Amino acid sequence: MNKKNDKLVMIIVGLVIGVISAALVYFGNPKNMGFCIACFIRDTAGGLGLHKAPPVQYIRPEIIGIVIGAFVAAFAKKEFRSQGGSAPMTRFILGFFAMVGCLMFLGCPYRMILRLAGGDLNAIAGLVGFVIGILCGVFFLKNGYSLKRTYTLTKAEGYILPIIQVVFFALLLVKPAYIAFTEAGVGPGAMHAATGVSLAAGLFVGAAAQRVRLCMVGGIRDLVLFKESRLLLGFLAIGVAALITNIALGSTGTPYFVLGAEGQPVAHVDGLWNALGMLLVGFAGVLLGGCPLRQLVLSGEGNADSAVTVIGLMVGAAFCHNFGLASSGEGPTPAGKAAVIIGIIVVALIGIVNTYVKQEAKAAAETK
Amino acid sequence: MVDARGLSCPTPVILTQKAMKSKEDYYEVLVDANTPCENVTRYAESQGYSVVVEEKDGEFLLKISK
Repeated sequence: MNKKNDKLVMIIVGLVIGVISAALVYFGNPKNMGFCIACFIRDTAGGLGLHKAPPVQYIRPEIIGIVIGAFVAAFAKKEFRSQGGSAPMTRFILGFFAMVGCLMFLGCPYRMILRLAGGDLNAIAGLVGFVIGILCGVFFLKNGYSLKRTYTLTKAEGYILPIIQVVFFALLLVKPAYIAFTEAGVGPGAMHAATGVSLAAGLFVGAAAQRVRLCMVGGIRDLVLFKESRLLLGFLAIGVAALITNIALGSTGTPYFVLGAEGQPVAHVDGLWNALGMLLVGFAGVLLGGCPLRQLVLSGEGNADSAVTVIGLMVGAAFCHNFGLASSGEGPTPAGKAAVIIGIIVVALIGIVNTYVKQEAKAAAETK
Repeated sequence: MVDARGLSCPTPVILTQKAMKSKEDYYEVLVDANTPCENVTRYAESQGYSVVVEEKDGEFLLKISK
């Protein structure tokens, strides 16, 4: 594929994903939350009973769709590879704290764009923090940060997370008593598009994101590192398309684009903590090699390291709600603030250990 | 020769970028997944190199030349 086509395909895919994301709100998802990888993994954790926060319990078919969509696309293109073994616990911890950052801000990088497209000015603080976090990560990358190599694993390894998603879908359909559902009016978990619509949207986004390697962290990272704008164009296209769709949907009588900071849906107005939350997400995302969406897609491609990261995100979400770390519309919690600070320190330590300590070990080995 | 097998992006591209500082006319980069293969190719082409990819047993050898 030549370079120009490459970018054009990315823009078209971004535009379509943007329209789908905004349309999902019309079909029932919470405002400015057509997609949110962090919120939806959190809702799924709640649906499974891993946390007991009544407003956010629903096994989201979008997540299931993304993993399965990426799996099918990778399989069809013979890109499915069962790989793993690169610093799994480090990735788990990075995933965990990425979620802590997301739930401080109330959204993953994908939802950050959708919030901007809905007129939520609080997301600007998030974006500033996100860029700073990515620059922190890029600093380590430039100085030699890398997690160890992955290895080819047995085929079964790569199938596990996609199979788990199928099981989740079965649980969603069968609705056994131990699966929790947010009751209407209690919180965003009760707001969702029809199962089939959500699943179809997830499948498309998963497959499309797999094909073009869409990544919100990668967009800004590659621009800084290589002056490569392709991924960033996808990011921008999603925002533009969602914005236009939101404005167009306003003609239905319900406003989908409301410019301002106060009273935005599933958001708070604390700029500093919006920024610090996303700083943590950007920083952890660069060290992981991709944003939460990309981790889902990679896990669908058979990457067991990303699957471990996804589990880290899910456990992080459960912790956030079990220990009161997640923000709410009223703002961040003291425990959440402490967790974000701890997260930034831990991620920085992971960066240092895998950049400098590793180099020292290597130098010592070479002088022997 | 850059061996970037098993490394996740953007590390293969960074290694290529670092290797290219020596300004030679020919490099070889070995990767084992499609994404780094595409990314290294894209980067090398942006630096004015042309790239030939040889695929064997799930690994990609990128022959990068001026």
